[in-house]
Amino acid sequence: MILHDLIAYDTLRLIWWVLLGVLLIGFAVMDGFDLGTQILLPFVAENDLERRVVINAVGPVWEGNQVWLILGGGAIFAAWPPLYAVSFSGFYLAMFLILFALILRPVGFKYRSKREGPGWRAGWDWGLFVGGLVPALVVGVAVGNVLRGVPFRFDDAMRIFYDGTTLFELLNPFALLAGLISVAMLTMHGAAWLMLKTSGPVETRARGYGISAALLTAILYALAGIWLWLGVDGYAVTSTVVTDGPSNPLAKSVEVAAGAWFRNYEAHPWMMVAPALGLAGPLIAAGLMALGRGGLALLASGLSIFGIVASVGLAMFPFILPSSVDPRSSLTVWDASSSHMTLFVMLAATVIFLPLIIAYTTWVYRVLWGKVDARAIQDGRGHSY
Amino acid sequence: MELDIVALSRLQFATTALFHFLFVPLTLGLSVLLAIMETVYVMTGRTIWRQMTKFWGVLFGINFVVGVATGIVMEFQFGMNWSYYSQYVGDIFGAPLAIEGMMAFFLEATFVGLFFFGWDRLSKIGHLAATWAVALGSNFSALWILIANGWMQNPVGSAFNPETMRMEITSFFDVMFNPVAQAKFVHTVSAGYVTASIFVLGVSAWYLLNGRHLKLARRSMTVAASFGLAASLSVVVLGDESGYLTTEHQRMKMAAMEGMWHTEPAPAAFNLIGLPDQRARETHFAVQVPGVLGLIGTRSLTREIPGIFDLVEEAKDHIRDGIRAYDALQAIRAAPNGDAAPAEAKATFGDLGHRLGYALLLLRYVEDPRRATEADIEKAAWDTVPNVPTMFFAFRTMVGLGFFFILLTGTFFWLSARRALDRRRWLLRVAVIAIPLPWLAAELGWVVAEVGRQPWSIEGVLPTAAAVSNLGASTVLTTLLGFIAIYTCLFIVEMGLMLRAIRKGPDPDTGPEAPLAPGALVAAE
Repeated sequence: MILHDLIAYDTLRLIWWVLLGVLLIGFAVMDGFDLGTQILLPFVAENDLERRVVINAVGPVWEGNQVWLILGGGAIFAAWPPLYAVSFSGFYLAMFLILFALILRPVGFKYRSKREGPGWRAGWDWGLFVGGLVPALVVGVAVGNVLRGVPFRFDDAMRIFYDGTTLFELLNPFALLAGLISVAMLTMHGAAWLMLKTSGPVETRARGYGISAALLTAILYALAGIWLWLGVDGYAVTSTVVTDGPSNPLAKSVEVAAGAWFRNYEAHPWMMVAPALGLAGPLIAAGLMALGRGGLALLASGLSIFGIVASVGLAMFPFILPSSVDPRSSLTVWDASSSHMTLFVMLAATVIFLPLIIAYTTWVYRVLWGKVDARAIQDGRGHSY
Repeated sequence: MELDIVALSRLQFATTALFHFLFVPLTLGLSVLLAIMETVYVMTGRTIWRQMTKFWGVLFGINFVVGVATGIVMEFQFGMNWSYYSQYVGDIFGAPLAIEGMMAFFLEATFVGLFFFGWDRLSKIGHLAATWAVALGSNFSALWILIANGWMQNPVGSAFNPETMRMEITSFFDVMFNPVAQAKFVHTVSAGYVTASIFVLGVSAWYLLNGRHLKLARRSMTVAASFGLAASLSVVVLGDESGYLTTEHQRMKMAAMEGMWHTEPAPAAFNLIGLPDQRARETHFAVQVPGVLGLIGTRSLTREIPGIFDLVEEAKDHIRDGIRAYDALQAIRAAPNGDAAPAEAKATFGDLGHRLGYALLLLRYVEDPRRATEADIEKAAWDTVPNVPTMFFAFRTMVGLGFFFILLTGTFFWLSARRALDRRRWLLRVAVIAIPLPWLAAELGWVVAEVGRQPWSIEGVLPTAAAVSNLGASTVLTTLLGFIAIYTCLFIVEMGLMLRAIRKGPDPDTGPEAPLAPGALVAAE
């Protein structure tokens, strides 16, 4: 098959770097409001009916949204195998925590309202809270650690070794700050969703929490930017960059330098759009929430997520996973991808299926449009959770 | 088995896979049964069929979420516990998993929400479309997962690239249309249909025995018996034996399943029962049926089926070739760039590169395969034999159950045709007792397929022992215990809710028939 030569290897790598971003942002935006809603569950709802309203606000859609995460995992495996191999095993216990939380989630949604007992329901409510908080926090902490560099290296046979990535070491102050940003950001997003889907006291409370979360997001994000500038060294490739060579990370040399994460922004000022969105988006979202415009606030918080995630990706480009103990082992866009043919086949599949996914997801959201009807839940109509 | 990192990682994988596979077959089969029942509702307009769809749908939902929850663990644990595997074969193995997400799971997971929440919001046809989307999604899902698994059993369409030190794809078409994968797909989804059919059959039989929900139970039994009969015939007749003879190791798997140590003159006899002894390397007390194995295995009277001893001899040759390939690879890697590598080494690697995996089998005994002694080669060659007693008994139990399912579904099909479903109460009791058996068969099928693949993670390419992550044994032990605790709780909760829902029975469906077209729905509101 010569078909894959239609698109140059380095172009494909760049496209897959963008698609990696699309999938991560897709997960954060789509599943993000589910996670945020779960985090808000104990705070915005005061009785069982209100809690059921909150759960039913995401009930029909969380399952589809979660596939963004599953697809993200699969796409990283297929398009960036070394990234998948290093990050999933390097963050082993953190991944276990995420899995634990993600297991609680589906069963929490599905099983909670199947029995009456207050103990049973309260237990699953806490399960849902943990199932929202833990993934949001851990993913943020992981991103913080990626910016600092992760202690891994390859040997000559491309076997992966780690020099201390215990859970404890992952919890350094900068990474914790990143984790808090993630939690605040998704809480803001979940609050906007609840404003759109609920009414009465739940909507009012969601608005209050949403405004605080949005303001907190903007403040913490600005703080992290300053910290990154002053206190976190970046990485830069010092050897000649071959963009279409075989995927062998060990063929390059890399330096660790203060301020290196800001070089892309100096060279290409247009990239500043991303951090600007990340900073202004939450403020706009807070304003819209104050005005009671849930739908527009959801849009603004979605754009904030886009800006915040994209700003990290652009700062690090071409790095996708820097190594702190052996910088040469760092993974970059140019040396950590799948083969030319796999990237092409995967792109073909994406071009066919992604528009379809977006089309039927849009249709499903249209069918489910409108606020959750508390009376319908009470009457047990529509198979509500 | 001592509990080193390899054993612990394997235990964790097996725990998750076997647990996940408790929920997948029912999802596969029940989604199709739901779609069939709802189709009958839409075509006849009888609301009893909607009530059936909703009732079995509740049970489907309870089962489905645990499958989803554990499916995420399945996908993530390759990277977590098998990072060298992920790095080594991600170029090929990752693609089907990602395409599964895009093509199948997205469809299934997006529409499953509409299945439960859309009854009042969609027209008859619209809701039926959502149900079929769930069924289609779950079955496509199985297709891509089995394309990935089929490649582990029969790694076609790929080659090792010395520049990146990993396997890379050479033909996506070959990977997709891998005969082993296709056979496995048919076998596995059919097994899922059987599981769901016997589940519906058994639960309905329990209602008949207790004189409850008779209309729903009889109709459900009719659907389940006919669907289940077709499916159980398909499992056995179109079983995945067609894939067994296509590769080296599938032949070893077959020999191990049969406990056949020595090549017999064609056509080989079938060991009906016996007691395989791995240490003595023979099968005691074998009761043989002459000729049957040769006929099933080769569909000829003259082709021989190789025994374990002969296959081990072959493995020794492969290992020696593997050592030469390994040596050539080191020479190629030592050169400053690809073009400068010695032509001789490149030629050797070109010829023998596909045996490189056999050299990696020696890593258990020597650090550098090139320094292996004859004794090391002998040991490594015998390592290519999977656990024979496990294979022998797992296979026999599975096949025996397969024939029992044909008998059971066939009997109820006949009774249903004669409208005599509740005439023989002991048969209804048998149907209730049979409910767990398809799960047993499915789990044993997994054991036959994956224990039979050992010592390889990718047959002939990457030994399981070389594929693990460099994690501490205590770390993996911690997560293993954690997973076991979670799975145990989930299992208890799931079973509890399942039994509750069955005891409670269907909700009364007194609503009017839903309008056919979307326009009519708006008018009705």
